[in-house]
Amino acid sequence: MPTITLNKNEFEKLVGKELPLEELKDRISMLGTDLEKIENNEIHVEIFPNRPDMLSEQGFARAFSSFIGVKTGLRQYEVKKSGLKVIVDSSVTMRPYTACAIVKNLQFTDERIKEIMQAQEKLATTHGRNRKKSAYGIYPLKSINFPVKYTAKDPAKVMFQPLGFTYKIKASEVEELHPAGRKYKPLTEGWKEYPFFIDSKENVMCMLPYTNSHDTGKVSADTTEVFIECTGTDLINVQTALHMFVTLFADMGGEIYSLEVQYPDKTITTPDLTPRRKKIDLSYVNKRLGLQLTEKEVQQLLERMGFGYGAGEALIPAYRADILHQVDFVEDIAIAYGYENFKEEIPNVATIGEEAALETFLTKIRDIFVGLSFLEVKNYHLMTVEDLNIKMNLQMDTVVPLRNALGEHNHLRNSLVPSLLKNLSENQHHEYPQSLFEIGRVFTSHKDAETGVEEKEKLALVLAHEKSDFTEAKQTVDVLFKALGMKVNVKEIDHRSCIPGRVGEIVVGEEVLGFLGEVHPQVLNNWNVEVPVVIAEIEVEKVFALLRT
Amino acid sequence: METADIFQSLILKLHPLERAVLPQLIAHDELSKIAKAAKLDETETMRALQWLENKGALHLQKQKKQLIFLGKNGTIYKKSGMPEKLFLGALSDEFKGVNVIIKKSKLSREEATAALGILRKKNALDLKKEQELLVKITLVGKTMLSEQFPEEKFLQQNFPVELEKIENKILLDLLLKRKELLKVEEKTETHVALTDLGRQLAEVDLGAEVTNRLTPKMLKEGSWKKQQFRAYDVEVNVPAIYGGRKHIEQQAIEYIKRIWLDLGFKEMTGNYVQSAFWDLDALFVPQDHPAREMQDTFYLNKKAQLPEMWKTIKKVHETGEETESKGWGGEFKKEETEQVLLRTHTTVLSARTLANLKKEDLPAKFFAVGKVFRNEALDWKHLFEFYQIEGIVVDPQANLQNLKGYLTQFYKKMGYSKVRMRPAHFPYTEPSLEVDVFHPGKQQWIELGGAGIFRPEVVIPLLGFDCPVLAWGQGLARIIGEYWNMQDIRDLYKNDVKQLREWKVFLR
Repeated sequence: MPTITLNKNEFEKLVGKELPLEELKDRISMLGTDLEKIENNEIHVEIFPNRPDMLSEQGFARAFSSFIGVKTGLRQYEVKKSGLKVIVDSSVTMRPYTACAIVKNLQFTDERIKEIMQAQEKLATTHGRNRKKSAYGIYPLKSINFPVKYTAKDPAKVMFQPLGFTYKIKASEVEELHPAGRKYKPLTEGWKEYPFFIDSKENVMCMLPYTNSHDTGKVSADTTEVFIECTGTDLINVQTALHMFVTLFADMGGEIYSLEVQYPDKTITTPDLTPRRKKIDLSYVNKRLGLQLTEKEVQQLLERMGFGYGAGEALIPAYRADILHQVDFVEDIAIAYGYENFKEEIPNVATIGEEAALETFLTKIRDIFVGLSFLEVKNYHLMTVEDLNIKMNLQMDTVVPLRNALGEHNHLRNSLVPSLLKNLSENQHHEYPQSLFEIGRVFTSHKDAETGVEEKEKLALVLAHEKSDFTEAKQTVDVLFKALGMKVNVKEIDHRSCIPGRVGEIVVGEEVLGFLGEVHPQVLNNWNVEVPVVIAEIEVEKVFALLRT
Repeated sequence: METADIFQSLILKLHPLERAVLPQLIAHDELSKIAKAAKLDETETMRALQWLENKGALHLQKQKKQLIFLGKNGTIYKKSGMPEKLFLGALSDEFKGVNVIIKKSKLSREEATAALGILRKKNALDLKKEQELLVKITLVGKTMLSEQFPEEKFLQQNFPVELEKIENKILLDLLLKRKELLKVEEKTETHVALTDLGRQLAEVDLGAEVTNRLTPKMLKEGSWKKQQFRAYDVEVNVPAIYGGRKHIEQQAIEYIKRIWLDLGFKEMTGNYVQSAFWDLDALFVPQDHPAREMQDTFYLNKKAQLPEMWKTIKKVHETGEETESKGWGGEFKKEETEQVLLRTHTTVLSARTLANLKKEDLPAKFFAVGKVFRNEALDWKHLFEFYQIEGIVVDPQANLQNLKGYLTQFYKKMGYSKVRMRPAHFPYTEPSLEVDVFHPGKQQWIELGGAGIFRPEVVIPLLGFDCPVLAWGQGLARIIGEYWNMQDIRDLYKNDVKQLREWKVFLR
């Protein structure tokens, strides 16, 4: 999640109040932002992804100021008409929406420009989903000739000088030569044409979603008027982004001017800071929170979160991106009310507790093995295919690989035995006998399963000491089944992990429940285990099912 | 007790090993010698001596000593003579070729060369260089041959010999320089100094051996009545034995499960491999949410079967459908929801449970303690799989105060008396909150998990109607790490047998 850094003095000026340090810390974390630290006059705050409007110093200070009761309620921003026009060409199907604005009367410093660029980048990462959903550009107004055109072009036929370059290149070379081109190239997969902003003198302003052009230049300390464009795949998303930018600039002292954005089928005026109205049901709020708030109180709480309120409706600031449903007011009301002020209450509701039946059964099996002096181990569900197959002298093609594991553990285990042998190999320096068991999930490919993978609970055990043998394994398995009141038989089978003639499967009627045997010396060598080992693996889920019938 | 009685009772307590050792302590004071005299091995003797030391009968003193042992060649030379003597013996008064002599002396060329050098220095032979080197014995040599070499005398000692006790240090130095003749090792010797009590015990007649073990035969025949049983030193340490144990994590899980069962919750279980549909989309996690990206989630090369309901969920994401929500907007992609992954949270079980719940089942409460997976490389504070403690309360009357109530109850039983909620954000809950507990030892708040009330966009499509659903997903690893004071979280699944045997049990 993105973190922003605020200058404490600037922040306090914007908030309009200075709080003692401890209170400041407390209030920041109770606003719904995660305070990381305050040091050297800098406040580091993590902003949750539902509040991109707080990603700038101005936006965060605005919310904080309302929250602590300094400037509450809906902020009023005046929008004047610029009379200027942006024409959207029907060719920009790959990124069809834009919303633009002009802000005048600004005073920039290098520090401020850096802050704005940071906010712009962080917004593009979160609200813009790494420029996939939307991306933004800010230009000095003076070098732009209106009307501006938003249009798609074949990049092989456009020459321009990207910002930071000293010469012109073909737009088709941007993906190779420009860092942003290389980074965001995957977003443009399958595009034949790319969207450009081009002014009325045919100057390229930018190529999307990559870079601005040198022609229109960049914002500097002597810039006082800017043009802002937000483009993307969703109109509401780009409009909300624009609203975050213009209010940010307005909080710096700028004056907002709107433009006409002329789409092929309609013309809209952007920005439009008219608050969205949404009905809010008082009883819904109270029911969810367990409170008895009056309408007046709800109004006050909403105002502490920067909303307006009137006639049963909340007025949502145009820069808020997170209000999908009235339940989103409920959270903001709770935050304003203070999470710390909610009481702890267990309702008087009778429900009956119930453990999953298989889990109860597995607990009993654990108890049996603990009684036999076994140690329970717990191993990772992910292993290497070498551990599962090669070291076990097996070639199972039902082992399920992961597509993108970061570590070497990149297959789902299909048996518990390899992990147990691994445990033995890592415990050779400890006293024998070592008797270990594990109850856990194993996985195999199965085309009829919902996810293509079948999961089973299994039990496995190993007995390791100088004289461990088949008899001991069979005695142990006998204890288990006698305790469960079941009669099982053992039939000789072939199993490549075991010594031939010393391995059998455990059966009840036709049903195979598992196997037991002496581990093959080659397998022990593979695992680097230097004592004889006997193993058993049992499908406890099957045993449980048999017992229930 | 009278002094004499104490003495008698002390004799009764003597272990057979102590009884075997005591009489030897008059003549011997060094461990290996005592052991030899008592016909015990050194470990047994040492145990007996330590017990006697505990009883105040003696003091044990350790001394470091340089001991000289025979080397490989030393042993040979001791038996068959020094090579220079053999060489000398092969010589005669006439000059003979060296090769002939070597052959006659049965020495290796290397040994012979060394012998030749030594003998020449001592003027025991004459050399003449012709086509080959010729040698003959001198008068000095003859005299030497008639006597015992000092080296031979040295080798005749009983090795090992203490370095300190050797008088002819010059000879020693010479011999030490020769190849594998002698070696010096430092050894710690244990010496016994008897106390007065010890001396009395060593001298007294310990009498007939007292009975060590009660046998079935004695019981049957009644002979135990005539027996005197040895009194044990009950304070002495005994060798360790180990019993069976449940894994510590399992112990904690069983306790946690009981808390929720006692609070009237039903257990949910389910698959670890899930579709993105159930794990994410049914929980209204937007399809372009950063957490869905490759680096956080383990994906499989499979395609999941979807329930019919997926079409409703698609509409909820796109437009909000009947939930009175705007939805996330954009296009909901089928191929995205068909992805197969390792569940990223146990909330997937809550989603599936809601989908199976009917109106007449309410109010209902469910919990799960289950494994979840995150695509991370292992290190001392990160695991790629860990447990989550999940819970939902589906109750038309439920509210945020109840959520705080349930969690406070739970953490009280886990040993944390104070619970704090802070605002947070999860795509599927509103309000969302972070749960902190106050750690009494560290005197600070620690973060243990997330909670909230499910959004209507989650509840309505799954349940069929809107209803507050309190939900939480709490971490377990941190609680376990705290309880067993783990510095490296990987210890949890290291399965070190010593740790498994010795970890304290979960005492809640």
